[in-house]
Amino acid sequence: MTLDEFVKAFAAEFDDTPEETFKADTRYKELDEWGSLIALSIISMVDDEMDKRVTGADLRNCSTIEELFNLVESK
Amino acid sequence: MQNYDIYNPFSLKGKKILITGASSGIGKGAAIECSKMGAKVIITARNEERLQETLQQMTGEGHEIRICDLANNKAIKEMVDTLPELNGIVNNAGFTITRPVRKIEEEAFQQIMQVNTIAPILTLKYLLNAKKLLNGSSIVFTSSLAGIGRMSVGNTMYGCSKGAISAFIQGAAKELAPKGIRVNAVCPAMVETQILSAGVITQEQVELTKKLYPLGRFGTPEDIARAMVFLLSDASTWITGVNLLVDGGRALY
Ligand SMILES: NC(=O)c1ccc[n+]([C@@H]2O[C@H](COP(=O)([O-])OP(=O)(O)OC[C@H]3O[C@@H](n4cnc5c(N)ncnc54)[C@H](OP(=O)(O)O)[C@@H]3O)[C@@H](O)[C@H]2O)c1
Repeated sequence: MTLDEFVKAFAAEFDDTPEETFKADTRYKELDEWGSLIALSIISMVDDEMDKRVTGADLRNCSTIEELFNLVESK
Repeated sequence: MQNYDIYNPFSLKGKKILITGASSGIGKGAAIECSKMGAKVIITARNEERLQETLQQMTGEGHEIRICDLANNKAIKEMVDTLPELNGIVNNAGFTITRPVRKIEEEAFQQIMQVNTIAPILTLKYLLNAKKLLNGSSIVFTSSLAGIGRMSVGNTMYGCSKGAISAFIQGAAKELAPKGIRVNAVCPAMVETQILSAGVITQEQVELTKKLYPLGRFGTPEDIARAMVFLLSDASTWITGVNLLVDGGRALY
């Protein structure tokens, strides 16, 4: 998966935040819709589509979507 | 001074108990506590090495190990065939996979239902059919607060598996009462097992969550094990079909 595809897949987990909001440098925890349920959806998406395991702590430790992408890629 | 060797209705002396999921956490705690209370315990799980560690921490002689993968019903039947007559079961093995509702995955759901719901019920069924449960036996299931509908976000598959158990024990208690067999469940809130020490949850989050516990802390395996000992013992002979909360008061909020 490329960074662009990751940003798209990340955006798809949100219902109320418009897709164009999401860029590689988006600080996702600052989005209004961010919360524990979305976090779980992201964890599941990474598992389903990239076959990698990220934790809630990983999501808390990263700020931007790109940072998270790099972390996933490094696993 | 009372001599508790002579008077102790909470003792498990002379009882043979099967405990599943005894290689870790609550089941390990249950095996150790039951042995301290005088029971002969048969411990089972998949990991032999960790079962040996449990065995080493148990008191007394005559305990046994069985390796069994609860994902496999045939293996459960074969394990039951090797068991002696029992006075009690602690159907405790279980696990969770957290996923939001719209990401529920069929295979994961089936695995959870198999290990948490179908396997423990079949274990009881096979033991009954083999006439290996003595009159007066006590069956304890490990349900969860999730089993009575109180679950955290993402834990619905697990909640289903435990909800089924919390309903099952009430029906089975009615059916088996004429045989003098009691069927109960314990419903723990958060218990300190690997989950917490693995760092998946941050220390900050742990401290926040603890505030939701009136008694100010999470449970220990021993907290749950002692409730199990009570339900296995003759101290609870008039208690059946109960989902016993063991939760530090968590459900009060
Ligand atoms: N910890 C909590 O906060 C909490 C709260 C409420 C309820 N519970 C329930 O309490 C029970 C014990 O949980 P725990 O916290 O002690 O978990 P744990 O430390 O992860 O132990 C789970 C046990 O289940 C066994 N097990 C898992 N899958 C199995 C399989 N396919 N076949 C045979 N054995 C299997 C494991 O043994 P092997 O890996 O060796 O097979 C292990 O002994 C579970 O039913 C859980 O749902 C826990």
